[in-house]
Amino acid sequence: MLRVENLSAFYGEAQVLREVSLEVSAGEVVTLVGRNGAGKSTLLRCVMGLHPGQRGTVTLDGRDITGLPAHKRARLGLGWVPDDRGSYATLTVTENLTLPPTVGPDPWPLERVYEAFPALHTRRDSAATMLSGGEQQMLALARVLRMGARLLLCDEPTEGLSPLLVQQVGDLLREAKRHGVTVLLVEQNLHFATGVADRHYLLAEGRVAEAMDNSEVRSRERELLAYLGI
Amino acid sequence: MSGFAQNTFNGLVSGAFYALLALGLAVIFGMLRVVNFAHGAFYMLGAFGAYVLLSEAGVPFWAALVIMPVGLGLLGMALERAVIHRLTKLDPLYNFLLTFGLTLILQDLVKLRYGVQSSPYATPALLDGTVNFGLFDFPTYRVFILGFAVLLCVAVWWVLTRTRIGMVVRASTERPDLTRAFGIDVGRWVTPVFGFGIGLAGLAGVLAAPMRAVNPLMGTDLIIVVFAVVVIGGLGSIFGSVAAGFGIGLVQAWGEAYLSNFPIVSQTIVFVVMAGVLLWRPAGLFGREEAPA
Repeated sequence: MLRVENLSAFYGEAQVLREVSLEVSAGEVVTLVGRNGAGKSTLLRCVMGLHPGQRGTVTLDGRDITGLPAHKRARLGLGWVPDDRGSYATLTVTENLTLPPTVGPDPWPLERVYEAFPALHTRRDSAATMLSGGEQQMLALARVLRMGARLLLCDEPTEGLSPLLVQQVGDLLREAKRHGVTVLLVEQNLHFATGVADRHYLLAEGRVAEAMDNSEVRSRERELLAYLGI
Repeated sequence: MSGFAQNTFNGLVSGAFYALLALGLAVIFGMLRVVNFAHGAFYMLGAFGAYVLLSEAGVPFWAALVIMPVGLGLLGMALERAVIHRLTKLDPLYNFLLTFGLTLILQDLVKLRYGVQSSPYATPALLDGTVNFGLFDFPTYRVFILGFAVLLCVAVWWVLTRTRIGMVVRASTERPDLTRAFGIDVGRWVTPVFGFGIGLAGLAGVLAAPMRAVNPLMGTDLIIVVFAVVVIGGLGSIFGSVAAGFGIGLVQAWGEAYLSNFPIVSQTIVFVVMAGVLLWRPAGLFGREEAPA
């Protein structure tokens, strides 16, 4: 579904991605793991079309989208879940959910979103930034599900969440996967990653150092944790 | 008591002009991150346009009240497409140079044809005379301005908070990049929003024609106070700019009435308030610190 080929990205003079190539098939959940500064978030931003300094190609369903602006990529079915949760202070919870147009074949109706997230329903008329961190994370995920996105780009959705909420995020991603949604996930929590994902890419210094499956990550967990510095 | 009520009313009327101009500046800044120093010139063009329409074509006030904002809004959109949009990638200094340069060009074009003397503009017959408020009489036209401006601010507020267009404008103003990632073509809204802000300035100009001297420099003095208003309210804050507009109108009117023995104080009070607000809240009363991109 998503293919990234020889992707390089720059911040001014500094190169943060070096000829990265990877692939995500339809219905897969794939994580990007790596140390801080390895280029994981930048890779996600490049796929979304939010990073100006880049070289290489990004294809979605066989279509080259490298030159497309972000809003056109979103309309092709990319769902953006940013690391800061992307809550709008000047929009209510309902407005945060309904801001993106529906794009995919299976958008969640608002009622279904509120059924799945009663906490959001209770606070539907509050400014989104008044929600707790966990609720804002749920809001960010609910927003792309309501949109009907086919490929979710999630940047550390479990960061700063309590174990209970981490589990909820996991349930939600697994449910999305059951409905055929594809996910590319930046994640530091290896336990969480192996619980939701099919495959993993280890990024190091802007390169794909290794591609691993779940059993490999589990058997090398100690080594990987030490490497990631967690 | 009646003196105080009258001063308060006068303050609210000048506040109405500040609010309309500051509102336009706020939506423009929010959407384009451009401070439009030419805003006063469009206010002047609104007033001058009304004057020219009446004196040379016999077009009445009420028609001018529609023609000028729409015409100037279209001119604004054309300018945005032609030059203003180039500013987004440049150093903010160019923002000042371009929009201030536009001001000088527009002013001098008007001067070239009509000179610098003020032209009279008759109050529309329907709004001539005074209204009695029990304690004092007040010119009907000023009552109209106040009511009209408040209605307009409420209407803009309603559009911004209750409609999908308003939601998109708020989202684009707050986080342009994020909003693009949600499938919204932020760029498409930039030109109409700029035109709308300019249209509001033109409307304020038409409203000003019957009660203020119509001349090519009429926007210059006003716009300095309007910038103080925008800074006090919080750059880019819609609600802040309207509230500060009326607030500064009041402060100025009271200052002139009760501190007239201290002209230095009454003439600078707006800027003293601005300095005080900035010390207390650097982002303005209703402003928020810029969110990271």
